[in-house]
Amino acid sequence: MARIAGVDLPRGKRIEIALTYIYGIGATRAKQIIEACGVDPSRRTQDLDDDDVNRLRRQIEGNFKVEGALRTETSMNIKRLMDIGCYRGIRHRRGLPVRGQRTHTNARTHKGSKRAVTGKKKPPRK
Amino acid sequence: MPRSVKKGPFISDKLLLKILGMNSRNEKKVIKTWSRASTISPDFVGHTVAVHNGNKFIPVYVTENMVGHKLGEFAPTRLFRGHSGKLADKRSGR
Repeated sequence: MARIAGVDLPRGKRIEIALTYIYGIGATRAKQIIEACGVDPSRRTQDLDDDDVNRLRRQIEGNFKVEGALRTETSMNIKRLMDIGCYRGIRHRRGLPVRGQRTHTNARTHKGSKRAVTGKKKPPRK
Repeated sequence: MPRSVKKGPFISDKLLLKILGMNSRNEKKVIKTWSRASTISPDFVGHTVAVHNGNKFIPVYVTENMVGHKLGEFAPTRLFRGHSGKLADKRSGR
């Protein structure tokens, strides 16, 4: 079983896809890593021998910040913004979009799903 | 797109001169400025800058973490008190 950076790679997938299951590695990095290790990208995870896996592991651990360390870094960056009280930090604190998007409508990714608003409906006028 | 590195960070000349002057004289005074677009350089650390937000001056105490940000980021220009509705009426009525 191939276990890299604390993540079990899916066995049945091509290694170039399987690597993207690690947080911090996408398609581009997966390709770079495979090329640097000289592994055939179309081989399945289960077909790799221990030597290949070890080379991949060393390549990843030596060059990239992945999984926990990367998550920590990201949240520290956000925490810094919130601590210094700048505009972006305030937006993070209030759970609103940070990069100037409209909030009149949409913005649901950052705001979360809709909350019911009390007293929203006006009685129909006669 | 970010600013060209060749030009270096933008800092209002007058503001920078005042800050450097205060550094050389080792004094601390609040400087009023309208220059929200000025980048905070390491020289600013420890000073308080009063940044205009369009209405009044917001005092900003500059710490090391703020270096590289712009002064305007620390003086919000909009004031959001909440939406109207029953809840808001109750709150303002008290």
